Amino acid sequence: MKEIASWALNTAALRGASYADARIVDDRSRALSTKNGKVGGASDAESLGIGIRVIADGAWGFAATENLSRAAVEATAARAIEIAKASARVKQENVRLAPEKPATAEWKSQCGIDPFSISVEQNLELLLKIDAELRSVAGVTLAETNMNLRREEQWFFSSEGANIHQTKYVTGAGYCAYAFAGNEIQKRSYPNSFGGQWQNKGYELIEELKLLENARRIGEEVVALLKADQCPAGTFDIILDSSQLGLQIHESVGHPIELDRVLGMEANFAGTSFLTLEKLRALRYGTELVNVVADARDEHGPGLGTFGYDDEGVAAQCTPIITNGLFTGYLSSRETAHTISLNRSGGTLRSESWNRLPIIRMTNISILPGEKPLTLEQLIASTDNGILMQTNRSWSIDDKRYNFQFGTELGWEIKNGKRVRMLKNPSYSGITTDFWNSMDAICSRDEWTLWGTPNCGKGQPQQVMGTGHGASPARFRNIKVGSAYKGT
Amino acid sequence: MLNKDQAADIFKKLKSYSSADEIEVIFYGGKTALTRFANNIIHQNVAEENYGVSLRTVFNGRTARATTNKLDDESLRRVVAASESLAKVQHPDPELLPVADKSVRATRTLPSRHFAQTAALTPEDRAEGVKKIVGVAEKHKLTTAGVFSCGETIEGIFNSRGLAQWHAQTSSEISITMLADKSSGWQKANSPNVAHLDAECLAEIAASKAIQSAAPRELPAGKYTVILEPAAVLDMAGFMFWDFAGLAILDQRSFLTNRVGTKLFGDNINIWDDAAHPLQSGSPYDGEGVPRERLQLVENGVIKRLVYARATAEKMRKSEHKDQVGPVEATGHGFPLPNEVGEAPMNIVFGAPAKENEKTVDQMVASTERGVLVTRLWYIREVDPYEKILTGMTRDGTFYVEDGKVKHGILNFRFNESLIHMFSNVEEMGAPVRASGEESFDMVVPAMKVKDFNFTEVTKF
Repeated sequence: MKEIASWALNTAALRGASYADARIVDDRSRALSTKNGKVGGASDAESLGIGIRVIADGAWGFAATENLSRAAVEATAARAIEIAKASARVKQENVRLAPEKPATAEWKSQCGIDPFSISVEQNLELLLKIDAELRSVAGVTLAETNMNLRREEQWFFSSEGANIHQTKYVTGAGYCAYAFAGNEIQKRSYPNSFGGQWQNKGYELIEELKLLENARRIGEEVVALLKADQCPAGTFDIILDSSQLGLQIHESVGHPIELDRVLGMEANFAGTSFLTLEKLRALRYGTELVNVVADARDEHGPGLGTFGYDDEGVAAQCTPIITNGLFTGYLSSRETAHTISLNRSGGTLRSESWNRLPIIRMTNISILPGEKPLTLEQLIASTDNGILMQTNRSWSIDDKRYNFQFGTELGWEIKNGKRVRMLKNPSYSGITTDFWNSMDAICSRDEWTLWGTPNCGKGQPQQVMGTGHGASPARFRNIKVGSAYKGT
Repeated sequence: MLNKDQAADIFKKLKSYSSADEIEVIFYGGKTALTRFANNIIHQNVAEENYGVSLRTVFNGRTARATTNKLDDESLRRVVAASESLAKVQHPDPELLPVADKSVRATRTLPSRHFAQTAALTPEDRAEGVKKIVGVAEKHKLTTAGVFSCGETIEGIFNSRGLAQWHAQTSSEISITMLADKSSGWQKANSPNVAHLDAECLAEIAASKAIQSAAPRELPAGKYTVILEPAAVLDMAGFMFWDFAGLAILDQRSFLTNRVGTKLFGDNINIWDDAAHPLQSGSPYDGEGVPRERLQLVENGVIKRLVYARATAEKMRKSEHKDQVGPVEATGHGFPLPNEVGEAPMNIVFGAPAKENEKTVDQMVASTERGVLVTRLWYIREVDPYEKILTGMTRDGTFYVEDGKVKHGILNFRFNESLIHMFSNVEEMGAPVRASGEESFDMVVPAMKVKDFNFTEVTKF
């Protein structure tokens, strides 16, 4: 691979690049699914290619090809230079990169059991058993399961001398049950929506998730939802389970802290951010209990945002984002670091694959668990009048990331510290900073889960990226509930 | 570019390497490029060339797919082995059909969707286009962001029963956001023929929206008459077409379950699926190579037709729903097998109102006593699958209309609105145009004036 990359880097240098990097990615994936007792999908895919990023005449160019012959790689590098020179026709200043000592490194994600070493028969047998368990509950009208396995190997070389080889395994699995009756469709998912739980792990994740053990409960819950009371509208204290809080973090913390959004680079598609630069170390984002980090390091756990080095060769880091409620950090890259007076990138430039330009992406954006011991059941017991909301069903937020509305699959009314009745169609809405400034309790480490969001879209052409979000259940006071059904 | 003859040679090799009863091969790929600008400069600029094959093998009721972007002999042998090994371990499915026969029906002739001028676009050409857009922004003291993209792509499908379909086309797109201090405006257009895109004209419209909505004021949430520009209609409507799949009815997850044949929308709503429409794009056949049929899905507000992949049509004929869902036949709307969703209409064309009833957006504004003009919607998600309630935000040009005039920009609203309610309350509409948004696939849709549109919250900008 080094030789292939050298064809690209040498061509770029000869044609006038002041900087160049080449990423070769070899991606292998398997997707298995079932639906109502039958195999729904069984597919393997592989993709191999090179992406070449250059600066010439002070501007960026990027070109990618699946053809790894010397002629094709050199032609692609030349094309990247041609594109950079065209970019330079509409520029104001030369691109500046924060300095980074070129690394020579090898990194591998956690992988206890190679997921491709487990037979397809065994995988399908598990999924079909879960499917049967879901449908054994009278009233379940549709059952779906899925398992996704991926191995991505990447070689990164730069004109500065970086030489980084990384191998990442991603495993994901989950299922959902639907119940249709009358004028209503209800859905329950396990362990989360968006295809379940996803982590940078091997097959051991499948074994940890206790998929089959929870299937009957999920089937029973979806049928019970048909007869449950509609979630009332009004102002309530709400408790979010850890997966819903993970998505709340993703949308109302993770996206607004992306420095490219803040700087207007995503204004046409993903949007901008309310977190303008003067708010750094000045904005009270949340209560003292709100502590959020962007942590891509192994020690944070095997999240979808864990890596050794980002896609421009910067080592994984932990950046404090919200510290005791104060806004303290952005997600940055080598190009954007200087705008917030950093001497080094925060290491968050990532790409979907070889054929996409790396852009700023969330790593693992996680809320730290409470320091005092607190279980979910204790949190419920300390709540007089509230609603517990579990598992995301709908999600939406404006393009500056102020106003949001989330719906969840299941709610529980809490009265005097006890769950008193199941509620269907719960939803809540608010303004980001008001919401985080209403958090008055968060459960401790035992309740903390590092969730994977596999489907975060950003960029043009659009790129889908996996991000990690650690969270434990938390309570928010006086939140608007039920707008989703108001007036409809 | 990979051509049909080269693809035929690859297909022959794959067939010779496989021991399967049947095979089906999808070819995909092409050359694409995208110039992205923000803060009045080009900040990202990319190009890609990539081709691949996706092979489905069939063994006695068992099937699986494997895909690779490597077309050398070793990789082709590997993709055959991968597909076969996935297929062989499954239990036979007695309902699995043979691969499609080439004689199902004739493939419709399309208007040309490949244009040499588009295929020949260079990075310099795109930079020149961006320069014009930036020029408009600077003239109005605005900041602009957007894309100018182009591509030349192929898609083909061959199978062991002799079917051989091939489609090549070009594409081009310009999307522009103009940003002022406290407001913004947006325009987007695409076409297989870049000559149909006018960068400066789009930039001027986006700029005028940003300027007109400067210093936006807050209106209270509530029900308003709205004038939705075509991109806003498109992004809402796109959420319902997955429900026109026959399989979604069989799975009981469609909002049309028990509603086919009933009047769900207003008399003025007529919707077709028509791959050969001059303003449409894409290939004239589906993921199994079955030619796409032209269908009227909605007639005067009544749900008339569903679409079917071959297997779904077979299942529907045997189901309890068969007498309640209109004609049941393979319509050429299936996705590549195996999959869980079956099919969907993806070449949507809304019917035009009678010429005398056709209204421009300006005419809709003129006939509105009190309402809201919406340029674009954002982050739309489904809140309720059977009542088809959607939530989302307005974005990049939202205006208060009073006494037939656009008065001023307003802070953006959140809506929670049922599509059933919305399409039952369309008071006026324009001539359908090819529109492009961000939440849905492109369609041919009109602007619409809708009464009692449900805004539930206001954001801070």
